Amino acid sequence: MRLTDEESAMLAGELGEPRRWAIAHQIAVGEFFDAADFVAVSQAHIMADTESLGEAGIQFLEDLAAAPEAERRVRVPTITDPRGIDFAVYRRLGQTTEMVALETRAITALRAFGVLMTDTCINYQTILAPIRGEHLAYGDTGVVIYSNSVLGARSNFEGGPSALAAALTGRTPRYGYHLDACRHATRRFRLTATPRDLSEWGAVGGIVGEACGSYWEVPVIEGVAEVPGSDALKHFGTALASFGSAALFHMPGITAEEVVFTGSAPPALSIGRDEIEAFVARHAAPGDKLDVVVFAAPQLSLFEMEAVARALDGRRVHPDTTVIVATSPEIKHAADRMGLTSRIEGSGAVVAQGICFYQSYAREMAEANGWTRLMTNSAKLVNIIGGYGYRPSLAGLEHCVASAVAGRVL
Amino acid sequence: MPIVLRCHKGIGPAVTGTALVAADNFSARYDLDRERGIFSRPSHKLAGQSFADRILVLDTAKGGVATAWMLHDMAARGIVPRALIFNRVNPILAQGAAFASVALVDRFEGDVTQLFRTGDELRVDPPAGLVEILNRDQ
Repeated sequence: MRLTDEESAMLAGELGEPRRWAIAHQIAVGEFFDAADFVAVSQAHIMADTESLGEAGIQFLEDLAAAPEAERRVRVPTITDPRGIDFAVYRRLGQTTEMVALETRAITALRAFGVLMTDTCINYQTILAPIRGEHLAYGDTGVVIYSNSVLGARSNFEGGPSALAAALTGRTPRYGYHLDACRHATRRFRLTATPRDLSEWGAVGGIVGEACGSYWEVPVIEGVAEVPGSDALKHFGTALASFGSAALFHMPGITAEEVVFTGSAPPALSIGRDEIEAFVARHAAPGDKLDVVVFAAPQLSLFEMEAVARALDGRRVHPDTTVIVATSPEIKHAADRMGLTSRIEGSGAVVAQGICFYQSYAREMAEANGWTRLMTNSAKLVNIIGGYGYRPSLAGLEHCVASAVAGRVL
Repeated sequence: MPIVLRCHKGIGPAVTGTALVAADNFSARYDLDRERGIFSRPSHKLAGQSFADRILVLDTAKGGVATAWMLHDMAARGIVPRALIFNRVNPILAQGAAFASVALVDRFEGDVTQLFRTGDELRVDPPAGLVEILNRDQ
């Protein structure tokens, strides 16, 4: 990679150990992807839940954070993805004091770098949405695909170590979705039915994702009859990124960039009512005892919180079923202020802030609470959670709530 | 003479080990029980099999960014694949391999899930961009 004088100085350790580690890590990754040079970024977003970090990751952060302040301060505004623990509700979820201790250590270390603890995977709805053409180092696949696609920003998936490295150097290797050539469309889909709710938008994302199956594929979705709205594209994008590892999609007339195909346009694959219903039916389990209902992954917007509150008004969650609603700290504060939290919790549901369920020791929660059957309106969560020992079902919000009240999958 | 297969220059040190091959994809969060060292996702083609110290040969990386941290923690606990051979990875797997110093190579001529077989004894050399099959000649 071509390095500037400042980048060479970082690599030589002249700006301290944190920046030396950071740029050496970035060069290893950049050379793997044939990056010619670095590009400046305006924000970084770090995924650093303690289940992923483990003891070794936390120790790494603490060691780096022990450097003098001038050497460890991040160079661009840097925010965080959901954590593993909400200190206000962890006991109700069967999480442990050992997990709390790890979380406290990780937060202390991250704050020492000057990281802003936003604890959210919906920063594009709640913190500061990027603008078209802005280069970023974002570290959550749902955040990246929404920012790249809907907003026209430019980021690769930056895992925790790489997002921290970008925060410390203020730049990232110029490869992948920072380059025009990578943003050209490679696959084509035609939507012939309108998804009825957020779970079905997630199902469509899952179908497209499974068909693409690679970070380097860029799907175009034609035939979208109505502008879907931010929450619909949030669920669509997070499922597409989860099932397909995709980081960019185009919807002509809706998303930010003009569609340019790599070569001639390929034939379009149709996605209609039958395909959506078949996707949902894969995980159907009518009649099963229902252990836990999760509204999360991604965290809920204020409008989603209001919809959950409305669905639960005047109802009581079955005593053998737990309902968890996860949102960002900003939205939680708004929900508290607007009475949504009390309406949701009045039904027996738990509102958690700053976590996102699957990043929150899901296996240990399942073991502590005896949970197996999970129901959610998030296609992304359905994709992830099987590996943690759950049997997930996908359904719309109203269906999930009715099942939670009945204590079994309806 | 061992079979020598060339690829893009990779990440991490040269290592030798035994291949575990499947035409499937990979995420440390989605697919693994990292405490027990096995593939735990029921639908994964390697479900129930141990990944520790094996050279994993798979198609590509799945969604999710957690693998970037998880490989590092798995390496610290000694329950980690010895090397990763993929057709093509996403940034997360490359970042995770770089952070954890786990050998990683991709971009071969041909499909790695066909080129390699479970049980092959392999020498993976990321700096040189090649993999040798040591225990068969065709």
